[in-house]
Amino acid sequence: MSEPVKPNPTSKYLRTERLPSIWCPGCGIGTTVNCFTRALDGSGFDLDKVAIVSGIGCTGRVAGYLNLDSFHTTHGRAIPFATGLQMANPDLKVVVYSGDGDLSAIGGNHLIHAARRNVDMLVVCVNNFTYGMTGGQVTPTTFQTAVASTTPYGAYEETFNLPRLVDSCGGVYVARWTSYHVKQLAKSMGEALNKKGFRFIEILSPCPTLYLRRNKLGEGLDEMKFYKEKSVIKNGASTTETDLDYRKEIVVGTFVNRERPTNVEAMEARMSEVLGAKYVPYESPGKKPAWA
Amino acid sequence: MSATSPAAKKDKKFRGVVVINRETCKGCAFCVEFCPLGALELESDYNAKGYHPPFLAKPELCNGCDMCGHFCPDFSIYGYREKLEQVAA
Repeated sequence: MSEPVKPNPTSKYLRTERLPSIWCPGCGIGTTVNCFTRALDGSGFDLDKVAIVSGIGCTGRVAGYLNLDSFHTTHGRAIPFATGLQMANPDLKVVVYSGDGDLSAIGGNHLIHAARRNVDMLVVCVNNFTYGMTGGQVTPTTFQTAVASTTPYGAYEETFNLPRLVDSCGGVYVARWTSYHVKQLAKSMGEALNKKGFRFIEILSPCPTLYLRRNKLGEGLDEMKFYKEKSVIKNGASTTETDLDYRKEIVVGTFVNRERPTNVEAMEARMSEVLGAKYVPYESPGKKPAWA
Repeated sequence: MSATSPAAKKDKKFRGVVVINRETCKGCAFCVEFCPLGALELESDYNAKGYHPPFLAKPELCNGCDMCGHFCPDFSIYGYREKLEQVAA
């Protein structure tokens, strides 16, 4: 037993005094945060220029654990908040890190419109198929026949396929991974951080306390083994082929990677066209205070 | 707490080091299951929170690939490679 020579590579990006986290043993959210710190590590960004915005929920706690400019907003309103942040300071790399209930149910409208307008932000959606923090209610991503606290006889509504939704709304980078695919996820997050426009990464993640226990699917580790067994990597696949079904094959990969003008670029192009020299483009204040 | 693997072969240029923070571990066993070389196991002992943290059961197998560090949801374990000249010096 000797003292470690190297420090933990993740600790630079974390508020270590807040650890251990509130997440249950076997929860995959921590693994996704781990991958995000590694993506940040590889990207070499100035951490003062990275902001992270979270909504409410288990995944909403991520903003509290990352040692960046972090904002914990109201339920479902992480994307509107991030839009404002990005427009006021276009130099910022804005990351929205939230759960499936927060982004696709309560903030579903904001998700589709941010994708349509191509706001320059990265949205990381950790999909654990349930509202974990409030007691396991059904979400738009809960599979048909899966049991949730509000659907004791099994869910019966059609589910969202989030990559397909964001692709059809015009996201420029759409990927899906599971918390088992740590290396691919870290690489994908790094790629997405370096892109411009609306980037969306869905991460399937086990919820051992509510989703798995209610459906008698075992512990978090069992779900991770299931992801390992059942997931198929299809990079560049059409998002129409990526529908998920209860306990069926999971298609993962980077599905969409394209270029499209962001909403600020589109605005500047249109205004310059109409107003000509009269139009003064907005300049980011950066870190300078307004009076300097 | 850290555990290092001994240099088993003479031609080995590095050895794996695994550092484990027993107290923040929640015993989810992701690192044990997904260690590509199967070098980790869970302790039979408990930490202060009542979980079984992992330990490097087969140090000779570890090559410091840091897969355990990628999987850990509680940032409690990581691995790295240590050059053997560095150790001798």
